[in-house]
This record gives sequence, C-alpha cells and structure tokens, in this order.
Amino acid sequence: MALLQIAEPGMSAAPHQHRLAVGIDLGTTNSLVATVRSGMSVVLSDENGRPLLPSIVRYGADGQIQVGYEAQAHQCADPQNTLISVKRFMGRGLKDIPHAHEMPYKFIDAPGMVQIKTAAGIKSPVEMSAEILKVLRARAEKALGGELVGAVITVPAYFDDAQRQATKDAARLAGLNVLRLLNEPTAAAVAYGLDNATEGIYAVYDLGGGTFDISILRLQKGVFEVLATNGDSALGGDDFDRRVFCWVLEQATLTPLNANDTRLLMGKSREVKEELTTHPETRFTAMLSTGEMVDLQITSRILAEITQSLVQKTLTPTRKALRDAGLTTADIKGVVMVGGATRMPHIQRAVADFFKQEPLTNLDPDKVVALGAAIQANVLAGNKSGEDMLLLDVIPLSLGIETMGGLVEKVIPRNATIPTARGQDFTTYKDGQTAMSFHVVQGERELVADCRSLARFELRGIPPMVAGAARIRVTFQVDADGLLSVSAREQSSGVEAAISVKPSYGLTDDQITGMLAASRDYATEDMLARALKEQQVEANSILAAVAAAIEADGTLLTPEERAAIVASQNALRQALAGTDHHALKAAIEALNHATESFAARRMDASVKQALTGQKLADIST
Amino acid sequence: MATFVIDFSKNHFTLFGLEPAFQIDMTRLDQSYRDIQAQVHPDKFTHADAAERRLSMQWSTHVNEAYQTLKQPIGRARYLLQLNGVDTQEETNTAMPAAFLMEQMEWREAIGEAKDAGDAGELDHLASKLRKAMQELQEGLGKQLDQQHDFPGAAETVRKLRFFDKLREEINDALEALEA
Repeated sequence: MALLQIAEPGMSAAPHQHRLAVGIDLGTTNSLVATVRSGMSVVLSDENGRPLLPSIVRYGADGQIQVGYEAQAHQCADPQNTLISVKRFMGRGLKDIPHAHEMPYKFIDAPGMVQIKTAAGIKSPVEMSAEILKVLRARAEKALGGELVGAVITVPAYFDDAQRQATKDAARLAGLNVLRLLNEPTAAAVAYGLDNATEGIYAVYDLGGGTFDISILRLQKGVFEVLATNGDSALGGDDFDRRVFCWVLEQATLTPLNANDTRLLMGKSREVKEELTTHPETRFTAMLSTGEMVDLQITSRILAEITQSLVQKTLTPTRKALRDAGLTTADIKGVVMVGGATRMPHIQRAVADFFKQEPLTNLDPDKVVALGAAIQANVLAGNKSGEDMLLLDVIPLSLGIETMGGLVEKVIPRNATIPTARGQDFTTYKDGQTAMSFHVVQGERELVADCRSLARFELRGIPPMVAGAARIRVTFQVDADGLLSVSAREQSSGVEAAISVKPSYGLTDDQITGMLAASRDYATEDMLARALKEQQVEANSILAAVAAAIEADGTLLTPEERAAIVASQNALRQALAGTDHHALKAAIEALNHATESFAARRMDASVKQALTGQKLADIST
Repeated sequence: MATFVIDFSKNHFTLFGLEPAFQIDMTRLDQSYRDIQAQVHPDKFTHADAAERRLSMQWSTHVNEAYQTLKQPIGRARYLLQLNGVDTQEETNTAMPAAFLMEQMEWREAIGEAKDAGDAGELDHLASKLRKAMQELQEGLGKQLDQQHDFPGAAETVRKLRFFDKLREEINDALEALEA
C-alpha cells in the first residue's frame, strides 16, 4: 500500500506534493479519464456515476455546445450538427474518409484536414475533440479538487504523424499540458503488466470503435518494450455496425433513407450488435420517420457471417507485426484483448484460433487503456520515482523523402524505437542549383502517391556548385510522442543553410493561443494574468529542479560555475517577486542557460553509473 | 546558446560495457540498454528544464541507435569493420564470386516459382532454409572478425548477407501478398 510522505525537516515539501495528473483515452465511440489515487488506478465517473463519456459533440445555433450523453440524445433529431466518431476525421483530408458522402455532415475540404460546417460555424475535428477533452478535464479537476499538472493522452499505435499532431493540438486547445502521447496498446499492457507482474512476450489486440492496433511487446522487470506494431486506422466497431445496418437495409428492402433515419438505424445497429454479444438472437425494431416499421430477427450467427471479412482484415496486420518482430504465434505468452469490440464472441474465437490460446479478458476492455495511461501520467508527473517502469515504444509507419520519379527514399523504418533520428544525404540535380524542395511522406509503399504527405519545405541559399557536388543532409527526429521534426543543412561548403519544419497540418503556437483566447472558456479570463501564472509555475518548478540537482551532484561544479548558477537562481527569485511575465520568462531562460553544461555532465555521470550498477539519486526530481 | 557537446565519441560497445567483438553477450547488451534508457529516457525528464529535456532526447536517441546497430549481426559486423577502418562498400562493390551469384539466381528462381504457384508452405520452407544459410554465414563472419581478423573477407561476408537480407524481404513480401 502507499505510505503517506512526510518531508524532511528544513526541506521544502513542495517536490513531494501529490501532483494531479490524469490519463485520458480519447476514443472513437467513448472517452474516459482515469487517475492514480492511493496507489490505485481508477476511472473517474461523472456526477451520475457514469464512467464513459460518449465521444459526441453537438453544436447549437445559439453557440451552445453539448458533449456526451446530452449530445447523444439529439443525434437522431439533429444529425447534421451532432458529430459522432470524430476521431476518424483527425488529421484526415476529405478523400481519406470512407463513406463521407453518406454522412449527414457539411464537409469542407480544407487543406490538410477536413472541416465541418455546423450551426455554430465551421469547426475542425481538433476543436471537436477539444470539446470532449474539456469536459473530461473539468470532470477530473472537480473530482481531484485542483488544477491538473498534466495529462497523458492515448492514441492508436497505428496513428500517423498527422493524426498524432492533431490529437496533441486538441489537448492543448482544451488547456491540457500533454505529458506524453501514449500508444493505446502500450497503455493497456501497462495496466495488465503491472497488475499481473507479467514477464515475457505479449500481443495486444486492440479493436476500438474506429481503429485497429496490434502490438507485440516484451515485458521484463517493469520495462515495456514494443517489438513491433501494425494496424488499420480505419477499421473498428463502427464498421461492424455498418454491416448490420446494410444487412437491415437489404432484408427490409428500404428505399433511400433521410439523414435522421440513417442515424436512427445506425444507432439501433450498434445496440443489436452489443446485445448479440450476450444473446444468441435478438430483434431489430425501429420506427422510421415515414411511419414505416422495421422489425427483423437477427442471430449471432448472422452477425458473425456478415462481419467475417472484417475479422479477417484484422489478422493481416497481426501477421505482419509478428513477422516484423521476427516471431511466431508460439512465442506469444499471452494475448490481451482491448476495446469494446473485442467483446464479440466471434472475434474472441478468431483471435484464439490464430494464436492457439484463449485471449486474456480479465480487465474491462473499455477501461484498460485509460487505466494504463493514468499509471504513466502518475509517473511522469513525478509522484512516483518510476524507477521500475520504462516504456520503449516504436513508430508504426516508415518516414521518408520523395526522390526523382515520385519514389520514396525511406529515412526511418517502421518499428524503430523512439526517440529516434536519422540523416540522409541528398545532392543537387543541376549546375548552379541554389534551392531544393523536399517532400516528407509517411507509409510503406514505394510510390509517393501511395503514401501520406506530411510536409513540403524548401532549402534556399545553397552556394552554386556543379550538379552533384552539394551535400545536403536531411535529418529526421522523432520524439518520445512519436512526432516528427525535419531539418536540412548544406554541409560541403562553409555556408550554412538550415531549416527546421514541423509538418504542415499542425497548428502553430500562435494559432493555439488565438483559439484559446477566442474560446468562451477563456474569454473572460485576463490573458496577462494567465501568462504570468504559467511562468510562475514554470519558474518554481525549475528552481526546485536546479536546487535538487545541486544537492545531488553539486560536486560536479567548479566554484565559478556554481557562483554563476546561484546568481541566476537569485535573479529568477527576484523576478518571481514581480509581476512582469516577460522578465520572468527571460530569467527562466537565463537559469536554463546557466545550467546547460551542468546538465550535460550529470547525464554523462548517470549513464556511467547505470553501467556500474550504482543507483543515482533520483535525478529527474 | 552554450556550445557543449555530448560525449558520443565513445564507441557503441564501450557505451554498453562490452568489448568490441562480433560474438557478444546479448543478455548483457539488452540489460545495459535498459539500464541506460532508464537513466536518459525523456519520460524521466518531463519536469526537467529545457536543456535537460533536449539532452535527454539526444541521449535516448543515441542509445537507441547504438543498440539497434549492435543487436543485428549485419549492423554489428559493419560497425566493427568501420572501427577498424574498413568500409563494407555495400553500395559500390558489386564484384561477387560467380558461384555465389549462381546460388542467388537459384534462390530467386525458387522464390519466384513458389510465389507464382501461390504456395505459402513452400515459401515458409524457403524462409527457414534461408535462415539456416544466413546463420552459417554469420558463424563464419564471427570467425573472420574475432579470430582471423580477416577484415576484407568479413566485408565480403557482410555484402553476401545483404543479398540474403533482400531474399528474406522478397519471401516476406510474397507471403504478405498471398495473405492479402
């Protein structure tokens, strides 16, 4: 059990204060928020005791926004403005969305990501997701009684860079500090692994409302190492509902339906699918707006037959992941089932047949991702030293650059452990060429046209040389969130031309700030006061970090260096007493600057000590 | 910005506390990798200042790169040769022994036939035969590097292994195409 902590006399208690952090599963169908309380990961319910928040947002003409069950209640009456399964639109263009023409929404084919015209104006999937996250944030802050220091947000492992960036933007827009984007199967493995003290190689089969992931992980002494991941980011429970819906249309020979009836029958299809999980047969009954009655008998066997090809579709990525990990089903010690859709008995049978073992279902497949995310959030927030837990994840899809003839040169292969970086050299095509344009793509196919376009950028100012003489090194860096940044530099001459880009669909900091300012949550808040408060939090956390670092490893400093750091610390404390947030920010940067080489030396020392087996004082404080 | 550089000059073997050699203790490599990541991974620095966060990402990236290099036999051999000043010339040196090239043609034909016949069983069989052939080559590579110090010979073995790697990819692609 967790013991209560008491600070040493004379020491500040602040670093030991419990920092409020949550894990959020932003799902296609439902979203959840969880936290670690007294050492236990728990899902936080709403005031009516409901743990799930339906991922549904409704925009009213009066600007009113409803989220969750409230929005769900209106989905049949107002399908155009009641948005479901928004996750399927994240980071996606109109042409990427299957069955878009059958949806009741007024899509706008915006560059990079689709937008939707609602009664409250044009909204992007990022803004819609932010509405869901805001509700969960409010729920958590109310339940925990304070402001959150941060959140771990889960994403499907097979999400590409655009989808990840969109998710992170949504969280920032909801006013959340994103501690980490965590892959959903990895989160599930954490919840399972820590609960069961498991060791060995495990497969996580995660079929959510709109996405399918398969991850193969090696669990050993608290280290969760993802060996390979694969999936389909447009395959999920929604597609099973659709099959039922199509079956009903066929059986009942219905004429084309209006948007309201379509939404009604889709909803019924989901209910019937869920009922068939526990019952061998059920009735599909609905009254259409025309007064026509639909009444059909459906069995679990029919459901299995009409969705058989969908189940098979999940096994292809599963085989690929195993092959990429260099393993066979015989190497898999256990198969963890995640996502509401895995409750369907015929899916469990197919998975059991494939892996030749019964899958593990002892944790609630709807909650396990949020529970795992909360455990990591607790560690990242600094509530637990976390010495025993380490997550080593991978990128799901290869990253590359377009070369001559529309071909892709892969720079970072799929399943590379993150963070990762790799450089690739390119050269000029013509004599005297002074600029080069780059096209960054993600995917496994050889042709650029078959991959996802992430960003285009130009490097200018290359000194004129004969063709083939310039040496341009393009460097890809993928961070621990799985997000890419790219830089290019001409290396053969003394002249430096460098550029750093973030993929184009992401929002800039200014855009986020603008959107935050415009949103009704912050309209009344004094932006200056908020900026000052943010800097104060940052300043306090850095002062605590530096003090702890000096306390632990002060011997690494020369007297001069120590004096410089102390001077910067004092300057920051002085700025902290004032109200000028610009001055405060400058003082924070000055202290950061003063501790740079100290930080480098501490990192070297910690690597050395890791090898000699000595335990360092917790350096991350 | 202060100019300081992380000491990445240490070779990958030293980084993980290993002697530079082809035959290495894989358990020790795995364990050292985890121990170092447990110290430098960005998850351990979410509350650190900007300088430490950046360093953590650079270190963690470097450790991943070093681990991937040493984990795979081809990568490890290539790296060892590089430490000894020998370039494996995988892109430039295409002069392979005639007998080896004949053997490659036979492999390609066998894979092509199994692929055209849609024979997944035969492809699996070829894959395991290929694994065995690669294992034998790797054993020879170990001798060349660790005992005979025959670096030009080892470089040729690395080039041969690259051919086999491509065959393996071909088999995997064929299997994938059959499954789809």
